[in-house]
Amino acid sequence: MPKCEPVLLARVGKPDSASLATYQRDGGYEAFKKALKMSPEEIINEVKTSGLRGRGGAGFPTGLKWTFLPKNHAGPIYLAINGDESEPGTFNNRILMEEDPHQILEGIMISCHAIKSNTSYIYLRVEYGKSYRVLKQAIEELYAAGLLGKNILGTGFDLDIYLHRGAAAYICGEETGLIESLEGKRAWPRIKPPFPAIEGLFRKPTIVNNIETMACVTHIINRGADWFKSMGVPPDPNNPRDAGSYGPKLYCLSGHINKPGCYEIPLGVTSRELIEEYGGGVPNGRKVKAVVPGGISMGFMSADELDIPLDFNGPGKAGCLGLGTAAVVVVDDATSMVDVLFNCARFFAHESCGQCTPCREGTAWMQKILWRIRSGQGELRDLDLLTEVAGSMGIIPGTTICGLSDGAGWPVKNAIQKFRPEFEEFIKSGKKVIRHAEELMAAAH
Amino acid sequence: MQAAKPVERRDVMAVLSEELKEKIRAEFPKYPNKRAVTLPALHIVQDATRSVSLEAIREIAELLELHPAEVHDTMSFYGYFRDEKHPLGKHRVWVCRSISCMLRGGEDLLADLCEKWNVKPGETTEDGKITLEFGECLGVCEGAPCVLVDEDCHPCMTAQKVDEILKKS
Repeated sequence: MPKCEPVLLARVGKPDSASLATYQRDGGYEAFKKALKMSPEEIINEVKTSGLRGRGGAGFPTGLKWTFLPKNHAGPIYLAINGDESEPGTFNNRILMEEDPHQILEGIMISCHAIKSNTSYIYLRVEYGKSYRVLKQAIEELYAAGLLGKNILGTGFDLDIYLHRGAAAYICGEETGLIESLEGKRAWPRIKPPFPAIEGLFRKPTIVNNIETMACVTHIINRGADWFKSMGVPPDPNNPRDAGSYGPKLYCLSGHINKPGCYEIPLGVTSRELIEEYGGGVPNGRKVKAVVPGGISMGFMSADELDIPLDFNGPGKAGCLGLGTAAVVVVDDATSMVDVLFNCARFFAHESCGQCTPCREGTAWMQKILWRIRSGQGELRDLDLLTEVAGSMGIIPGTTICGLSDGAGWPVKNAIQKFRPEFEEFIKSGKKVIRHAEELMAAAH
Repeated sequence: MQAAKPVERRDVMAVLSEELKEKIRAEFPKYPNKRAVTLPALHIVQDATRSVSLEAIREIAELLELHPAEVHDTMSFYGYFRDEKHPLGKHRVWVCRSISCMLRGGEDLLADLCEKWNVKPGETTEDGKITLEFGECLGVCEGAPCVLVDEDCHPCMTAQKVDEILKKS
C-alpha cells in the first residue's frame, strides 16, 4: 500500500515523460522561475530548513554543504553532479534520468543559482547508455528553449550543463575521485581537507551533489521546506549527530523478492514493510535470511533486525554502516552467506583504486581468504583474521583516504558477527562450492 | 608540467582521422583545460576503432597538449578501455555479476554464454562479433540478471534472449 502520493516518481512511466513539452505541461520549470526571483541565500535557507540530506550515500545535509563555499568568491564555482551510481543494488538515479530528466535538470539549475555557479557537469557512468541519450536530448531542448545558455529568461543568469561520461569505475562515485576523473586523471580520491567546497574541480570551489538530491531540490522550491519536512523521521534524541531524516526517498528493492523495483516512500520505512507490503514477500515461500540496507557497503541486517527503520539513523543501530543509497537487497534462507560475502569481497577487491595500501591489500586478501574458505581449505581462525583485516581498513580506523575501504570491510564484519555459526559450520564441513563461472572470472584476472 | 612537443613521425600511419580529431576538439570548449578531455577523447577513439592503440594515445596526447604517458596513465586505470592487443568485437556484452544478479543466476548466465560462444570472460569470439565481459553492478537490479549489450541494458536475461538481442543488433 503506498503511504504517500509519489512526487519524485510521479511522472515515471507516463507517455513521453522525458520531454520538455510534457514536463512544462505538468508545471515544470515553475520552481526554477520562482528560484530566479529568490536570492541565493533564500534558496539555501529553504533547502537547509527542509532538512534535505544528500541521497548519494553519506547523507550530508545539502544546504549546509552549500554554505561551505567561500563567500564573495570571484568564480568560477562548479556544481558537479554525481551520476556514477554504481553501488551494488542501486538503480534509482537511472530511473529518474531515463524517465524524468527535466526534474533533475531543474534542480541543477536552481542549485546553480543558489551557489552562484555558471557551469555544471553531470558525471554519468558509461554503462547508462539510455540515461546519456535522454539527458543529452533534454539538455539540447533546454538550450533551444532559452532555459540554458546566456542570460536565461532575461535575468542575466548564465548557465551551461555538460554531460561527462565515466569509464566503469566504482571509485568515481567518491566525490574527489569523481573530480580527479573529470579532470582527465585516474580516479584517485584526494586527501581532505581541502574539501571540494574550498578547492575542488579544476582547483575551484565545487559542490558535488547526487541526482536524486537534485530532484528533491526542485520539489522543495515548488512545495516549500515545510512540505518536505512533513515526511520522515525527526532527529534521534539519543544520537546528537543525527540531523533527522526528512522527505521522500527512492528505495531500490532487489534480490530474492517477488516485486523488485524502485519505491518512493517517506524515509523511515522498515525492511519488513518494504519486503511484505511493497515487495510482495520472498519467492517460493522462503524466509528472509539477511537484508542489505543500502548497498553492499552498508553491511547486513539479519532476519531479526527487519523492524529497524531505514532512515539515516536506523541501520547504524543494527551495526550497519548507514542508510547508504537505500538499496535494499533481500537474501533468502536457501542462500549461503559465505557465497554472498564472497560476492561482496570480490566486488571491492575489483573496485579498490589501489591508492591506499590497507584497502588495496585488505580487499584483495579478504577475497582470497573467502575463496580459500569456499574451496574447502578454510580454518576457523580465518574468521578472526577476516574481522581483523576488515576492522583495520578505512577512514574510521584512519588508515585510508576515502570511505570505499570502510564499505569493503563492513559487510565482512557484519556477516561474520551475525552469521558466525553458519561460517563455522561451513568451514568444518570442508565443502568446495566454487562454481565454474567463478573460476572462469578468476582466470580472467 | 611541460607539454609534449609535436614530433614528426612519418614512419607511422596516423590512427585518428581528421573527423575523429574534430570530434575531440569539439569537446574543448566545455572545459577550462584540455586535460579534462582525456576521457571524452578515449571514448571517441575506442568507439570508432574498437581499441586505443599506442599510436592513438600519442595522437590524443598531441591534441590535448599532454605527454603520451599521462594519457596512458589515465587510460590504463579504467578497465573500460582496450589496448590494441585486446580490441573489442563488433558488440560488447557485459553480464552483471554483482549481488542482486548473482542471487538470480547472473554468474551461471555468464558461464552459459562462455560455453555457447567458446570464449572466456574478457575475450572476443573468433569471428570478431562479440566481446564477452563480466560487469560489476550495471544498475538494473530490478531486472536481475541483467546484461548490457553495447549501450543498452536488458533485464531478466537468459542465454537465448541475449542471442536474440544480438541478432537484431
